Amino acid sequence: MQIEADTRSIPALPKHRGGAWRDVAGILLIAVAGAAGYFLFPDSLALLTRVTALAMLALSLDLVVGYCGVATLGQAALFGAGAYAAGIACVSGVTEPLSLLLIGAVAGAAAGLVMGGIMLRAHGLAQLVLSIAIVQLFHEAANKASSYTGGSDGLAGLTVGPLFGIFAFDLWGRTAYLLGVVILVAVFAALKFVVASPFGMMCRGIKEDPIRIRSMGAFVSPVLLKMFVISGAVAGTGGALAAISTQVVGLDSVSFELSANALVMLVLGGIGTLYGAIVGTIIFMAFEHVVSAINPFHWMTMVGALLIAVVIAAPRGLGGLVARLWTPSRHGERP
Amino acid sequence: MSDVFKVEALSKAFGGLTVSRNISLAMKAGARVALIGPNGAGKTTFVNLVIGQLRADTGRILIGEQDVTRLGVVPRVRQGLVRTFQVTRLFSDMTPEEHLILTVLQREGRASRILGGFRSDSTVTGEVEGLLAALGLLEVARRKVGEIAYGQQRLLEIAIALALKPKVLLLDEPAAGVPQSETPRIERALERLPPSLAVLMIEHDMDLVFRFAKHVVVLAAGEIIFEGLPSEVAANAKVREAYLGSYADARKHA
Repeated sequence: MQIEADTRSIPALPKHRGGAWRDVAGILLIAVAGAAGYFLFPDSLALLTRVTALAMLALSLDLVVGYCGVATLGQAALFGAGAYAAGIACVSGVTEPLSLLLIGAVAGAAAGLVMGGIMLRAHGLAQLVLSIAIVQLFHEAANKASSYTGGSDGLAGLTVGPLFGIFAFDLWGRTAYLLGVVILVAVFAALKFVVASPFGMMCRGIKEDPIRIRSMGAFVSPVLLKMFVISGAVAGTGGALAAISTQVVGLDSVSFELSANALVMLVLGGIGTLYGAIVGTIIFMAFEHVVSAINPFHWMTMVGALLIAVVIAAPRGLGGLVARLWTPSRHGERP
Repeated sequence: MSDVFKVEALSKAFGGLTVSRNISLAMKAGARVALIGPNGAGKTTFVNLVIGQLRADTGRILIGEQDVTRLGVVPRVRQGLVRTFQVTRLFSDMTPEEHLILTVLQREGRASRILGGFRSDSTVTGEVEGLLAALGLLEVARRKVGEIAYGQQRLLEIAIALALKPKVLLLDEPAAGVPQSETPRIERALERLPPSLAVLMIEHDMDLVFRFAKHVVVLAAGEIIFEGLPSEVAANAKVREAYLGSYADARKHA
């Protein structure tokens, strides 16, 4: 079948430009910020490493919530799967850090497959409840299987070998932090690529209108399940990084609380942009660090107040606010 | 020439209420059929049965030689049965160009790939430009859909349907909600639909029906009460009574 079009009169659309350079600039900015953290806060590298690990959790959550529109309060199940897999592998004798990260990613992806396979059978509120149930089950499983996981005492005694056989994980956490920043930047760049691909566009389409996508002849669930697997790999990498850097895996890494915190980080930073996940994690962790030092009993109250302020004043998150100020409004387009 | 689309004795009841009764319809390649009927005649139910949103109680639906009665929405689209929506269903943050690229890639089974960016393939972009040009959407190709006129959104609906290279196209009120000034554009687009395509249009706008259709089917209370040429439909007593008659009465009383 041919569309009858007068080809002579078609003014060809101009080539696309600009988009890729903005992404490169953004990625460079994250790398520079990471390096700046190394020099500005040499005494807080352990905290900053945790930021990079949790940023990956928030990124993974953004893929599912922000790009697919699937609400979940159980994302820590995937983070914890990666953390425990890396921890157990390390205790069992795999000490090469990059292998441990890979093990964490694979375990996270497998957990993502399970979680997606269950969650995608429901919609809306039922889906959200399923996500909570899954993370609680993971939590209970980690608690009960104490011979492998250490139960409520946590899995301790991880001795990670030096990176590339050269850079040992030192007491100040320099190696761990730099590894975290490099992995985070690499993951971020890869995800920018994923969300800009036809697959990423398909996910955004499903988020907005699954009926439209079906009437275009595409099944919805396999696409979402694929995103769950990718999300699991990212969260699992974050979990493994947390395990490597702290050399201990606790039950809190597979908790409902961490899942909820990740969602708070994402909302603070802005949903559906990837940048928001990182911005939100930094804000949340900085807030926790500073405010809990001032008032250890009420810092969560302050986070709650901040969250309400952000949701009302900047519904697209603080990252979205920055992007709006940064991008000059062009003629004929909304900023 | 064999039928590209056939509905045989389709019936559907919700509890005791029969909403489709023994509906049969056949279309050949190039057919231009309009389905009309008063409100509550069962047009929307019929559309949902045909596309696979609802399962029929009895009867068969065939696309070409293929029996699709038991298949869902997605496989039917892949068999070549494509619909447009009565109220546009588009992605407000995406541009018309992106909609069409996604649709073409989807048709080719490449839309869920991560590798191989979607703007690099020149055959895809060429086809998309052709579609945009055919429907007069080139000027707004890079605007977000939420910002373009409703008439243009309706045209994009048609463009998306065409990008799937259907054998049978189901147009669900293509001019609904479009301001009078923009209906000629829709009409022109409909005139330029590929000649080999079988088109079934559900429409309220009688002027559009009479200009577009070569064949009119009238549905009332879930049954086909008339099938024939547009020129005969107004003269049919049953149709006058069920549908056009109400207008005549209204005019008498006015």
